[in-house]
Amino acid sequence: MNQQVSAKEPNAEQIAQQHIYKQMGVSDSEYELICGFLGRKPNYTEIGVFSVMWSEHCAYKNSKPLLRRFPTSGPRVLMGPGEGAGIVDIGDNQAVVFKIESHNHPSAVEPYQGAATGVGGIIRDIFSMGARPVALLNSLRFGKLESERVKYLFEHVVSGIAGYGNCIGIPTVGGEVVFDESYDGNPLVNAMCVGLIDHDKIQRGVAKGVGNPVFYVGPPTGRDGIHGATFASEELTEESEAKRTAVQVGDPFMEKLVMEACLELIDTGIVLGIQDMGAAGLTCSSAEMASKAGNGLELYLDQVPQREEGMTPYEMMLSESQERMLFVVEPKDEAQALEIFDRWGVICAKVGKVTDDGRLKLFHHGEVVGDMPVTALVDECPVYEKPSAVPAYYELNAGIDTLRYPEVSDLNAALEQILASPSVASKAWVYNQYDYMVRTSTAVRPGSDAAVVTVQGTRKALAMTTDCNGRFVYLDPEVGGKIAVSEAARNIVCSGAEPLAITDNLNFGSPEKPDIFWQMERAVDGMAEACRVLDAPVIGGNVSLYNENLKGAIYPTPVVGMVGLVHDTDHITTQGFKNEGDVIVLLGDTRGELGGSEFQAVVHGVTEGRPPVLDLQVEKQLLDAVLSAIQGGLVRSAHDLSEGGLAVALAESCISGGIGAKIALDSALRADLALFSESQSRIVLSAAPAQAEQLLDHLASRGVPVQRIGVVEGSALKVSINGVSAIDRPVKELARVWEDAIPCRMQ
Amino acid sequence: MKFAVLVFPGSNCDIDCYKAVESALGEPVDYVWHTATDLSGYDCILVPGGFSYGDYLRCGAIARFAPVMNEVAKAAEEGKYVLGICNGFQILTEAGLLPGTLRRNDSLKFRCHDTVLRVENNDNPFTSLYAEGEEITIPIAHGEGNYYCDEDTLKQLQENRQIIFRYSNNPNGSVDDIAGITNERGNVVGMMPHPERAVDGLLGSEDGKKMFTSILKAWRDRHESAGIR
Amino acid sequence: MLKARVYVTIKQSVLDPQGVAVQGALHSMGFREVEGLRIGKYMEMQLDTDDRFEAEARVKAMCEKLLANTVVEDYRFELEG
Repeated sequence: MNQQVSAKEPNAEQIAQQHIYKQMGVSDSEYELICGFLGRKPNYTEIGVFSVMWSEHCAYKNSKPLLRRFPTSGPRVLMGPGEGAGIVDIGDNQAVVFKIESHNHPSAVEPYQGAATGVGGIIRDIFSMGARPVALLNSLRFGKLESERVKYLFEHVVSGIAGYGNCIGIPTVGGEVVFDESYDGNPLVNAMCVGLIDHDKIQRGVAKGVGNPVFYVGPPTGRDGIHGATFASEELTEESEAKRTAVQVGDPFMEKLVMEACLELIDTGIVLGIQDMGAAGLTCSSAEMASKAGNGLELYLDQVPQREEGMTPYEMMLSESQERMLFVVEPKDEAQALEIFDRWGVICAKVGKVTDDGRLKLFHHGEVVGDMPVTALVDECPVYEKPSAVPAYYELNAGIDTLRYPEVSDLNAALEQILASPSVASKAWVYNQYDYMVRTSTAVRPGSDAAVVTVQGTRKALAMTTDCNGRFVYLDPEVGGKIAVSEAARNIVCSGAEPLAITDNLNFGSPEKPDIFWQMERAVDGMAEACRVLDAPVIGGNVSLYNENLKGAIYPTPVVGMVGLVHDTDHITTQGFKNEGDVIVLLGDTRGELGGSEFQAVVHGVTEGRPPVLDLQVEKQLLDAVLSAIQGGLVRSAHDLSEGGLAVALAESCISGGIGAKIALDSALRADLALFSESQSRIVLSAAPAQAEQLLDHLASRGVPVQRIGVVEGSALKVSINGVSAIDRPVKELARVWEDAIPCRMQ
Repeated sequence: MKFAVLVFPGSNCDIDCYKAVESALGEPVDYVWHTATDLSGYDCILVPGGFSYGDYLRCGAIARFAPVMNEVAKAAEEGKYVLGICNGFQILTEAGLLPGTLRRNDSLKFRCHDTVLRVENNDNPFTSLYAEGEEITIPIAHGEGNYYCDEDTLKQLQENRQIIFRYSNNPNGSVDDIAGITNERGNVVGMMPHPERAVDGLLGSEDGKKMFTSILKAWRDRHESAGIR
Repeated sequence: MLKARVYVTIKQSVLDPQGVAVQGALHSMGFREVEGLRIGKYMEMQLDTDDRFEAEARVKAMCEKLLANTVVEDYRFELEG
């Protein structure tokens, strides 16, 4: 064992005595465990490898017990969590592959590259399964769109997403953008990718077949993204300063070539295992591939393509240089694989070999520089059950009456105020920078309830959305978790699709704080229950913890990415009202629920109380009834009620359709509550006059509360409540307010 | 009639062009790799959109040196139809097959949305089935679509009726609202908007279909008259 | 070995929207003295030759053919070493 790979690196004794492992996030007890597994003290490379394998990102050491609470199987699920991405059957030997992942911290530091490499990483997760990526979505959170810093982050995150997705030629079809001061200084950038695959092409990241060669694909490795703490040692010299960790830079052109070459390689059928090098690069991909096959792996680090001179084994193992993959084929198929990469102009190098000893062995300059048991790296990271405690704010909120605010009399002004709120306002400024049409499959573009992408050569299509209302989750994590899943399902159903499954991105603060861990537990419980009732299992996801700023943790934001199946493109439905004279109906019960609402935040300037209640059985009944109505051809438009309640939903349906509506509501509630309450499990539908009765009967027979509230008519949105005019504005005027809000702030 | 869709490293609308020919015309179409040195078997060459060579240095600047571009020049010389869309347009201007160049959008942002185009010249193999002055909805998706040429060139384009499409609401700062031009002879067209993305009502517009059917009609007319002679 | 530094800028006669935007930003930050800001590209390369005369001709050809688009861009270069 060579302990002296580099004069500048501390040796095993120094690491132990100076507790250098702590700078890498390894605790004293974890260090003792590692020494036990090795039967000696780890050298610098080894402790580096353990530190990343035993990080939250790779080992889920703080969240594993919670993730086990999710339902992860179902009749359609072909692959659940554990591989690069989950897979769900859509019939005819085809399946959909999808996953969401966060790049929050890199985006906070360097928004363009942070966001771009987040997109690049999630795309690799999808094509490493053998799937052709067909769509991208994202879920973004920023502070209030007022400070220069927030505008800078927003602008550059969006352009980073655009830069990567547009160049690689995968349409960015949907997502959400929310602005709230809780995300000040800690933006959330979650990227989701959806792919299509034939069942027989599904790949796994396994290092199969003892003696088989292991290949590295992609651009040479540099010192990108190596754990920052590493160089924060006492022996910081000018030399080490010059080598300090660099921001990862994305190269979408290279990834396009790597993707095309890998998909061609997979198509040949010779690949035994393939995995992308994401977080913790070569370390994580090689250890996981060996672990899943129950094998060992030898890596010959001199063979690793290198962009910089004098890279140490530590640096090569921990580099997060982008656009790299690892795969295994049989020796007889080597030449065929190399030919493919050569034709695409992509570097491919043999860097290792599958072994039977269950160890990850690293060689450099002819010596063994690392030798670790694979199971210790992958499976033996201790799992922590963190203490959990009900936060004081939650107790306090129980006593807050959210109906105590004085009644708002100018409802036109209130509606416009909410439409101009950046979280509600049109996101055209954002999505017009994304090529959402490339690959010519986008049937419903960004801006409706869910995006819809057709499945070539069939009458099927996929609906997809990302959703989470962090305010609701903050006020009551369990209810908020249920709402996040339910709202996603509602968006999917409103587009004419059957919900299939979800991927989740759990963005929380520090799990070391008992009240944050309580938020995590409760949110996961709520989500898990909703997934069970709505038949939408969790097929994969990502956890991002320690999202904090100077004022404390972000709102707990478990983002739900959901995909649904449109059985026939005739069922595709959008939110815009269609024809003059169409009948408008409101589904679901409206209660006076303002806790966590947009109205409460924008008009009254607070977020407090309890969020709206949600009954999952009621939700399920609603979704089934609406989906069957759409499939039966009874529905012209469908829009779920979310931020801003009924008033905003009606305004959006008018703006999208470029047509007015005349609404007469009967309500026992105060006018401002009737319009802006965010009661759950509500949808606005419109139907052709001749089909309205049939639609009402259909819904009523399925136990859905339904009322006919008006007609599509004219060029203004007119709402009267109990005969008194509440809203009367030209649609053009509402559209202007809604469309100008973000561009005006960004000028 | 046989179509070639060129594939450069980084092309990504190649698949869209291929599908458009298949679905709008049902004529044979092949992907042709950037290293190809023979296009003699094709009647129409489509240079698709995307980010050839990552659009590094300048859009289209590196692609124009690909071996297949000599063959494209030859095909243009022979009077075959060449249509460059988006990045394809950029490549054709870099290659000198069309005048002018495409600069960064005046908004400095990538823009993707529907645009309304006016058909300025239908006396052309690419637009004969449109009415002159017809307004059609075709999407754009580009960061560098701001057409530029000097005044003399612009005068020439105008006088020779080489401007075949203009934007009715200029999205990128192009001189004279130019969305698409032809060469002097009229057999090479470059345009920033994507007609291949507008051939299916389900996806938003079918207004681009006539561009493809026009090309087929022009080819048939020429072949039939050649056959009669 | 010679070292070449190549500068490519947008022609004076052609609008440089990026330059205008950056100049505007500098003005709003109080750097009001800034005028005529143009954004360009800078490239450097090693040339495996000692013949300055030849190098000059070769780099000029590179600029004309690939590095600059002379429809909208000007270029200049320096040789060193």
